[in-house]
Amino acid sequence: MIPPEFEYVAPESLDDAIRALSDGGADAKLLAGGHSLLPLMKVRLAAPSLLVDLRRVPGLSGIEPHNGGFRIGAMTHHADVQFTPALGLASRAASLIADQQVRNRGTIGGSLAHADPAADMPAVLLALEGEVTVRGPSGDRSIAAADLFRDFLTTSIEPDEVLTEVLMPSSEGWGVGYQKFVRRAEDWATVGVCALVRANEGVCEDVRVGLTHMAGVPLRATAVEAALRGQPLDSQHIAQAAENAAEGTDPPGDVNATPEYKRRLARVLCRRALEEAAGTG
Amino acid sequence: MSVRVQMTVNGESHASEVEPRLLLVHYLRDVLGLTGTHVGCDTTNCGACTVHLDGDAVKSCTVLAVQADGCEVTTIEGLAHDGELHPLQDAFWADHALQCGFCTPGIIMAAAAYLERNPDPSDDEIRHALEGNLCRCTGYQNIVKAVRTAAAASRKEVAA
Amino acid sequence: MTTVERPAEERGWVGQALRRKEDPPLITGMGRFVEDVVLPRTLWMAVIRSPEAHARIVSIDASAARERPGVAAVFTGEDLADLGAPLPMIWAPPGVEMRTPEHWPLARGAVKHVGDPVAVVIGEDRYAVVDAAEDVIVEYEPLPAVVDPEAALEEGSPLVWEEFGTNVTHEWGLGSEDIEQALAEAEVVVERRIVNHRTAGVAIEPRGALADWREGELTLWSSTQIPHVTKFVLSGMLGIPEDRLRVIAPDVGGGFGSKLNVYAEEAIVAWCARRLNRPVKWIESRTENLSATTHGRDQIDYVRMGGTRDGRITALHTKIVLDCGGYQQLLTPFMGVFSACVMSGCYAIPKVRTDVIGVFTNKVATDAVRGAGRPEATHLIEVTVDQFAREIGMDPLELRRKNFIPKENFPAEVATGLVYDSGDYHGTLDKCLEHVGLEQFRGEQEELRKKGVYRGVGFSTYMEMCGLAPSRIVGPKGVGLQAGFWESATVRVHPSGSVTVLTGTSPHGQGHETSFSQIAADLLGVSYDDVEVIHGDTNAGPHGMDTYGSRALAVGGEAVARAATKVADKAKRIAAHLLEAAPGDIEIRDGRYQVRGSPEAGMPLSDICAAAYVPEDIPVDIEPGLEETSFFDPENFVWPFGAHACVVEVDVETGEVDVVRWVAVDDCGPAINPTLIEGQVHGGVVHAIGQALYEQIVYDSDGQLTTGTLVDYALPTAAEVPDIETDRTETPSPVNQLGVKGVGEAGTIAATPAIVNAVIDALSPLGVTFINMPLTPMRVLEAIDEARGRGTGPRATEQAREVGEHGEGAAGSGPAQPDEGGAP
Repeated sequence: MIPPEFEYVAPESLDDAIRALSDGGADAKLLAGGHSLLPLMKVRLAAPSLLVDLRRVPGLSGIEPHNGGFRIGAMTHHADVQFTPALGLASRAASLIADQQVRNRGTIGGSLAHADPAADMPAVLLALEGEVTVRGPSGDRSIAAADLFRDFLTTSIEPDEVLTEVLMPSSEGWGVGYQKFVRRAEDWATVGVCALVRANEGVCEDVRVGLTHMAGVPLRATAVEAALRGQPLDSQHIAQAAENAAEGTDPPGDVNATPEYKRRLARVLCRRALEEAAGTG
Repeated sequence: MSVRVQMTVNGESHASEVEPRLLLVHYLRDVLGLTGTHVGCDTTNCGACTVHLDGDAVKSCTVLAVQADGCEVTTIEGLAHDGELHPLQDAFWADHALQCGFCTPGIIMAAAAYLERNPDPSDDEIRHALEGNLCRCTGYQNIVKAVRTAAAASRKEVAA
Repeated sequence: MTTVERPAEERGWVGQALRRKEDPPLITGMGRFVEDVVLPRTLWMAVIRSPEAHARIVSIDASAARERPGVAAVFTGEDLADLGAPLPMIWAPPGVEMRTPEHWPLARGAVKHVGDPVAVVIGEDRYAVVDAAEDVIVEYEPLPAVVDPEAALEEGSPLVWEEFGTNVTHEWGLGSEDIEQALAEAEVVVERRIVNHRTAGVAIEPRGALADWREGELTLWSSTQIPHVTKFVLSGMLGIPEDRLRVIAPDVGGGFGSKLNVYAEEAIVAWCARRLNRPVKWIESRTENLSATTHGRDQIDYVRMGGTRDGRITALHTKIVLDCGGYQQLLTPFMGVFSACVMSGCYAIPKVRTDVIGVFTNKVATDAVRGAGRPEATHLIEVTVDQFAREIGMDPLELRRKNFIPKENFPAEVATGLVYDSGDYHGTLDKCLEHVGLEQFRGEQEELRKKGVYRGVGFSTYMEMCGLAPSRIVGPKGVGLQAGFWESATVRVHPSGSVTVLTGTSPHGQGHETSFSQIAADLLGVSYDDVEVIHGDTNAGPHGMDTYGSRALAVGGEAVARAATKVADKAKRIAAHLLEAAPGDIEIRDGRYQVRGSPEAGMPLSDICAAAYVPEDIPVDIEPGLEETSFFDPENFVWPFGAHACVVEVDVETGEVDVVRWVAVDDCGPAINPTLIEGQVHGGVVHAIGQALYEQIVYDSDGQLTTGTLVDYALPTAAEVPDIETDRTETPSPVNQLGVKGVGEAGTIAATPAIVNAVIDALSPLGVTFINMPLTPMRVLEAIDEARGRGTGPRATEQAREVGEHGEGAAGSGPAQPDEGGAP
C-alpha cells in the first residue's frame, strides 16, 4: 500500500542529521535501509512527520577490525555482514535474515535500533556482549548490548541520537551454534537461539546463550548458562542445561505458536544450538 | 513537498521531481512507464517488484524513489541486450518456468543478481536464493531448473 | 466417437513439448496486466472497508474527504441505489430452499464481515485517494458476530442475516437414500470429523479493474477468469445492453478460482466511470485481497465409512458443514455439490450419500479455490480409506485395490448417479509404486526410526470431475446452475493462409495459446507458428463461458478442434474441386492437402484460401471465405485420475513436517503438450502442500482477520517444497474427439490426503492415528503429545477437539492396529 505523507531530508553530515532529528520533534524518524520502517508505514502503522535519510552521511558503512573484534558501520547491509565470514556467528545469523533482497537493503544499525524481538541480530549482539555507539547533540556514547533493548520496539537510544556503529566482538575461540525456527525461510523467527561455548578439555569454560522472540526484547538464557558453565560438554549435560532455556522468558504468542509451544521450542533449539557450538551435535 | 531525484534506469538517465513517499516501484511504473516490475503484496514478501539497485537485487516496493537518487537501476526491461535475451530469460522460456508470468520479472531479477555472486549453485542454494519471491503457478520446480540451465549457459559463455 | 485425422508425419504438433507462445512478452517485462493499461484522464479508486465483523452502519461522513484536493467524488451504497440487480449467485437447485441475501457492491445499512466495502473515494492520484479514504468517517454500531460455522447452527447464535431467522443457507443432498441402512448393516464403521480449513487463492497478481465509458459504451479491463460471464452480469446490474459492454481480461496474473467471480469492485468502477464520464481504475492491495476476495475450502466433514472386515467398502456417508461466509458469491453454496459429485472416489461403493448444510458466518464468502469442493471430498475419502484400513488391519493400498472400479467397467455409473467416462486406477497406482520403491522405503524407514528420524509415506488415489459443462447435467433443469456450460471457438484462415483462433475460454497462465495452436495446426495442416490464439475479449469471437473447473482443454480445446475440423473439411472440398478429385480422397499430409495415393497432386492451405477468398473457381454450393465457428456442449464431464505418493519427515521435537519426496502419476488422457501438464501438476501439488502445512485463513472469535497479509498467510516459498517426480498414463476420454481430460486442478485435488496419511505413517510408532490439517508444527506436536498421553497444558489447536470428540474410538473402533504398511 501507500505510506502516509512526510517531510524528507537527506543531510550530508552526521551533525546535520542529528540537528534535523532534534528539530523534527517527536515524530521525526531516521531512515537507514528502511526495511523495518517502510513496511510499517505502508500499512500505516507508522506515520513519521519527517524522515532523516542517512544515505548521504559519509562513514557509516563498512566492516573493519577493531580491538580484536569488528567495528561495523550502522548503515552496513545485512548482506555485507553475511559475506564477511570472519564475523562468525554474526555472519551466520545475517545469512538467515529474511531473503536476499531484504539483506541487500536492511542494515545492521536499523535492525538493532528498531529492536524487533523477532529480529536475528539483537540476540546475537547480546550473546556476543557487543555494544553500539550512538551520537547525539552532546557527542558520542557507548551502550552495551545488555543495556540497549528496553522493551518491545524500544531501545535506550534517545530520540535525537543516531546509532553510528556496532562493535561486534569476535567469536574466535568460541564454538558457535545458531538455531532459528521459522515457518518459511523468509519469515521472522518464531524462536531463535544463538549459543557460544568455550571449551577446555571437554569442559564448558564459558557459555553464552541469546534468545530471539522469547519476550518483548532479546534475552540471555542465564539459567542455561549457569547450569552448563563448568560442566562436561556432553550430550547429557547439554540437554539438562537446555531444559532451563525458557526460564524467565515471556514469549508473545501468535496464531501459529502459543507461548507454551515457544517455550518448548526454546528448550529444543537451545539444546541443538549448544550441541552445535560444542561440536557434540 | 517534492524532491528532485536523478537515476539511471536501464542505462538511461532520468531526473524528476517526486513526492518523498513515492515508492521506487511506482516511480518506475507510473512515472517512467516501465510496467514490467509488478506489485503483489504490501509487506515485502512476494518479490514481484524485484529490481537491481546498483547491481543488488532489492524489492522496489520497499525503497523510496528518493533513496535511489544517484543510483543505477536495472529492471526486467533492461536485462536483454541488443535483442538477445538474457540467459535467464531464455532458460525460463525453454524450461517452462512461468505460467501466468506475473511473478516472473521479479524472480528473474532476483536470480540474475544471485548468479552474479554464485555462478554454479546447487538446487538447494537456488531455492534459498529465491526465498524472497513467491510464485503460485509453477511450484518453483521449473524455476529452479531454469536458473540451473541459465547458470550452465552463462558459465559456458564465460569459458568460451 | 470420431477420430481425429492428423497429419501423416510421425509427429504432429500435438504431443510435443513446445515452448510457449505466451512467454516472450512475459519474460521481457512486456506483458500487459490490468494495472499496466493506462488511459488518459484516469481517476483512481480507493475502497473504504468495514473494520467490523458485523455492524449496522449508523452514518457515513465524507465531507472532509470530499474537500481534499484532487478528490472527484465519494460514493456510498445509497449513491448506487440505481443498480438494476445485486451481485449474483447462480445456483437455484430445484426443490431446495436457498437463502440468498441481496449482495450490493457497497453495503446498504449493514456490514457482514471485515473487509466488506462501504464506500469509495475517487480521485486524481493513487496515493491521494488512499489518504482521503482515511478522512471518511463511518460510524458503526457493532452487532454480535459469529465465526464458527457449528456455533452458527446452534440455537441462540447471533444471526448474520436477521431476516432469515436462521444461519442456514440451504440443505441439499445427493446419493443413496438408504445410506443409514447400509451403514447399519456394515461390519465396521469408521467415523471421523475431518476439517478442511479455510484458505485463500492468492494469485500473485491481486485483482484490479479499469472502466472506460465513452458515448454509451462501456469497456472494462479486469483481472478476471470470466470476462464473458462478467459482461452478461454487469449488463443486468448496470442496465447497459450487452452489445455496448465489452469486458477484456488482459494478461491475468493467476486465478486459482479467486477470480472466478463477479466482484463488487468491477461493478463499482463501471458505475463510477459512467457517472463521472472518466476512466476509473482500482488495483487491489494484498491486504484487500485477503479480506475481500473470496476464500476457499472451509468445510467440516463428518464422515462415516462402512464395510466388511475383509476390506469391502459398502457405504460412505458425509455430512458437510459448509461455511459460506457472510454472502453468497457466484458459486458459494455450490462447492458442496462439487464435493458430493466425486464422493465415491475411485471406488465401487454400493451406497454413497452426501448431505450438505450451508451456513452463514461473519467472514468473507467462500467460493472456488483450485479444485473447488473436489479437494475436500478427495481429502476426506483418502484419509478415511487409510483410517478404515488401519481399523481392519489391512494394507491401505490393498484396500484401495480391492475397491477400485476395474478398468473394464468403464464407463462406470457410481452410487451418486454420475457416470465416470474412462479410467484405469490400478494402472496409475502401479506406475506410482514403480517410482516409489515402497519395499526399499520401508527398510529405510525402519533404520531411520532407530536413529530417532521419523519418516512416513502416504498415498492418495484420486479421481476428479472436470471439464465443466455439460449443460444438461449442471444447467437449470439439472443440478440447477442458471447457465449453459458449453464452449465456443472460431477458426479463421486469413487470405494469406495464417490462422487466428478465437476462443471463449479466458486463460490466466494455463497456456491456451500454445496448446490450442497445437490442436489447430495439426487439424489444418499448417505450422504451429502460423496460428494465433485470441482470448479474453468479449468483442473478439463468439460468446464464451471462460476458464475454470479444468474445462479449457476438454471443452474449449474440443471446440477449437471441431471448428478447425469444419474448416479443414471445407478446405478439402475446395481442394478436391481444384485437384479434380473426390473430397473423400483428400488427406492432409506434410502440410499439404493432397489426393490419397497421389502425393504429387496437392496444395498447401494458403493456396486453398486464395481460392476461397477470391472465389472464381470454387463449387457453387460452397460459400466464399474460410472461417468456421463451433459451440461444443459435451454429454458428460471428463474424469481424470491418478495416484500420488509422498514421503515426509517429521521432527518429533518441534513438530515440523518436511516433504522430502513426491511422486505424481496422473492420467488426463492424451497429452497435447506434456510440459504444460507437468507444470500444472507441479503448481497444483505445491498449492496443496501449502494448504496441508502452511496456509490458513484465521479469524479470531470476534471476526477479526488475523491472517491479513502475506506475513501471516504463509504461502510456501521455493525453499519449503521438494521437486515433484511426475509420470503419466494416457487413458482417452470418450467424451470428446481429442480424448482429453483436464489437469489444472489435479494436483490440489490429489495431494493433501497423501501428506496427512504420510504424517500418520511417520508417527504411527508414537501412537498417532489421526490428525487434521493444517499440519502446523504446533499441531503435530500436540498430536504426538496426545498419543503419548502427555498433555501440554491448554490445547491450542483444533486437533485437540478432533481427537477428543471424534477420534479413534468414536465409532467403536478398537485400539489402533500396528501399521502394516507395505505393498503386497
